[in-house]
Amino acid sequence: MTSQDNMPMTRAEKRQARRIRRFDNPWLNPKLIWGAALLLAIIAIGLMGRLLWNLDLVFTGSTPLKLPPVGFENLRGQAGQWANPIGTDGGGRDMLALIIIGAPNTLFVGLLASLIGMSIGIFLGFSAGFLGGRIDDTIRVSADVMITIPPLLILVVFQSAFGDVTLTMMAILIAGFVWQSPTRLIRAQVLSMKQSGYVQMAQLSGASTSHIMFREMLPNLIPYLFGSFIASVTTSIVTAVGLEVLGLGPQRIPTLGRTIYEAINAGALIQNLWWWWGIPTLLLGVMFIGLLLINLGLDEVSNPRLRKLS
Amino acid sequence: MGRIPRAYLINRLFTLILTVLIAATIIWIIPRLSPVDPAEIALGRMAAGAGSVANSDEILAQLRANMGIDQPLVVQYFKYIFGAFVFDFGLSTAAFPTPVSTLILNALPWTLGLMILSLVITFFIGNLLGALMVWERSPKLVKVAIPAAMVFTSIPPILSGLLLMWIFAAKLQWFPLTGAYSIFVEPGWTWEFVKSVIHHGFLPALSIVVVTFGFWALGMRGLMIGVQGEDYVKLAEAKGLRPRYILYRYMIRNAILPQITAFALKIGLLIAGQVLVERIFAYNGMGKLLYDAILNQDFPVIQGVSYVIILITALSVFLVDLLYPFIDPRIRHEATA
Repeated sequence: MTSQDNMPMTRAEKRQARRIRRFDNPWLNPKLIWGAALLLAIIAIGLMGRLLWNLDLVFTGSTPLKLPPVGFENLRGQAGQWANPIGTDGGGRDMLALIIIGAPNTLFVGLLASLIGMSIGIFLGFSAGFLGGRIDDTIRVSADVMITIPPLLILVVFQSAFGDVTLTMMAILIAGFVWQSPTRLIRAQVLSMKQSGYVQMAQLSGASTSHIMFREMLPNLIPYLFGSFIASVTTSIVTAVGLEVLGLGPQRIPTLGRTIYEAINAGALIQNLWWWWGIPTLLLGVMFIGLLLINLGLDEVSNPRLRKLS
Repeated sequence: MGRIPRAYLINRLFTLILTVLIAATIIWIIPRLSPVDPAEIALGRMAAGAGSVANSDEILAQLRANMGIDQPLVVQYFKYIFGAFVFDFGLSTAAFPTPVSTLILNALPWTLGLMILSLVITFFIGNLLGALMVWERSPKLVKVAIPAAMVFTSIPPILSGLLLMWIFAAKLQWFPLTGAYSIFVEPGWTWEFVKSVIHHGFLPALSIVVVTFGFWALGMRGLMIGVQGEDYVKLAEAKGLRPRYILYRYMIRNAILPQITAFALKIGLLIAGQVLVERIFAYNGMGKLLYDAILNQDFPVIQGVSYVIILITALSVFLVDLLYPFIDPRIRHEATA
């Protein structure tokens, strides 16, 4: 949005005209591409790191404690070494190895949770909108009820009662709280689509319910579905990181949130060990900015009025 | 003025009660499914303090009786639900004879104060900026700088909190690192105390404001785009009203209303985010209480805090739903809604 705003109106208008002439694809807008690039960069760190870096350094005590990144000095006067290019934490773990394993883990929880949540949401939303009646009432009320319950608080109770969980388990638990808004969204869309000409046409020509649902209606919902998916990825990651920062969540697997938790508990802020909490924070920031950009880009796909403005 | 039809009121009230009831039930069921026995935790704590415990079987039985977990589940459940409705969650196991409700009552004003303050500030700033982004006459800088700044508003407040804490508390030492007021001042309505509270509350509030105003700004931007093309705005312009007057009285006033309902959907995440901010700043609110309870495996406190926060969320949503027709006279509640 910034690059175009910088230009005088006339050039922007010319550019707009060129875009319209080209019938260009709304899916190729810069926000969407940048957002996807940021997320892919994090995945790339995870993939490349696994190939190129010694992951045994992630074990406690495998390196000297609290070493700074290369080019910096810590309070004890030790300089960073290339053996641990972005420093080590207070438990003697290499930060790079922590991130290579932790960052994809965090993203994985978010993606898996919202994938499950979305599937539930699509199923329930279509059922509610299409079937109506008692089923609609039940689904609508339960979505309304569940949408006001903050997932973090319920999951805190759960995880403090059960102790250690696996990443997949945490994702499944979070999924229990991200199906509500897709359900509501899809239900509303299905209700309005049911009145539209092409759906009635399909009904009149004797198409089956599943054909109408999945072949006629679903394709039109794709931008909304993607938007909703990205929004729930964000919610899931926020929740997962929240749990990890409270010291819950997986105890033995490195995640970004848990690294921050350990850093805060060890007083990394006062000891000026900025790389310990700062690098996971930065990566999470990149992740959220990427998700936001994707979401804004998708908004432009589904809402052409926004396209004119930016 | 919209009046609230009785059917609508009953409907909303039903949803509210159902929400709280379901949440309370989930919170109750979960620890019952867990293999962890709270009586054994309490015994473990005793053993850790004394080295060893004699007659451990009898003590376990007595602890179970005290906690009421030797009764049938149905009895336990109804006792719990009725207790929850009068905010009786039993006694804290970590701070033993203190009732959970006392602990929560001490922490709640801090959380609510911080929440309301940061919410009002973000709502104001966010909506104003969102409106300015669309307004034709706003300076170019606004249109470039705000979208750029907005990118950072996707970040959860805990991350911005860490960053602000490091810069302003650890490095520059302008603000205190932790706590809600200085340990050197006596709590009370003195100027010294109020000053200390503001000094301590500034960073937590700022870290919430920095990352939440973008949500309102984005929403407002979308709404303003819709209002911009309306005939009454064109008419106002044609009448030659001052542009600033049109912006505030014609555009913002009409666009801002759906933002209030957006608030209802957002509040759960906001509170959860704030709990985490309180935890990293060790602010004397619900977040710190919750975190300490997790550390000590103090289940009654964890349950109580979760219940109260969920209750606050559900109540806010309920109130927004009810007050909305008074704020926006165009909306009339359908009896069937």
